[in-house]
Amino acid sequence: MLLGQVIGTIWATRKYETLHGYKMQFVQPLNSSLEKVGDPIIAVDTAGAGSGEIILYVTASEAVIPMDVDMAPVDASIVAIVDSINSENLIEKFF
Amino acid sequence: MTLGKVIGTVWSTRKDESLVGAKFLIVQELDLEYNPKKSTVIAVDSVGAGVGEVVLVAQGSSARQTTLTKNKPVDAVIMAIVDKLDISHKENT
Repeated sequence: MLLGQVIGTIWATRKYETLHGYKMQFVQPLNSSLEKVGDPIIAVDTAGAGSGEIILYVTASEAVIPMDVDMAPVDASIVAIVDSINSENLIEKFF
Repeated sequence: MTLGKVIGTVWSTRKDESLVGAKFLIVQELDLEYNPKKSTVIAVDSVGAGVGEVVLVAQGSSARQTTLTKNKPVDAVIMAIVDKLDISHKENT
């Protein structure tokens, strides 16, 4: 999993049929010090994260698992909304 | 997925036979302000995207998770055409 922050939302009416009904959010990948790392990606959101929230997302074909379809061309999906982080370089940060 | 714009098409007659009938579109990656980035990817089209349209591309093994690309040597598929993009959160946390 990777840490990220939801920075926006995508609307796409014309999409692959098994994607209908799923929200797609813009996620800025972060490291554990909450610094931006790399370019933003788009992830399917089954966790219901709001804009600005810190989340965990999975990539590759595991991204389809949170969706209740057996096949979907999705390579990133949000699986958790983070409550707090405690690490060497970040003492007990609550969101 | 990544954001991109369809800028062209690739035709090929001599190719893996399982790819016969697949449409290869050239997608140039875009940043959040729709500025083109250097990288382009050749993706199989699964939603009827046309040249000039802003699309989403799924890459890696997920690209084979469509009826069109199942069990085919494809690692990039266009799976959505973007209507609107809303960047609401600017600063870091």
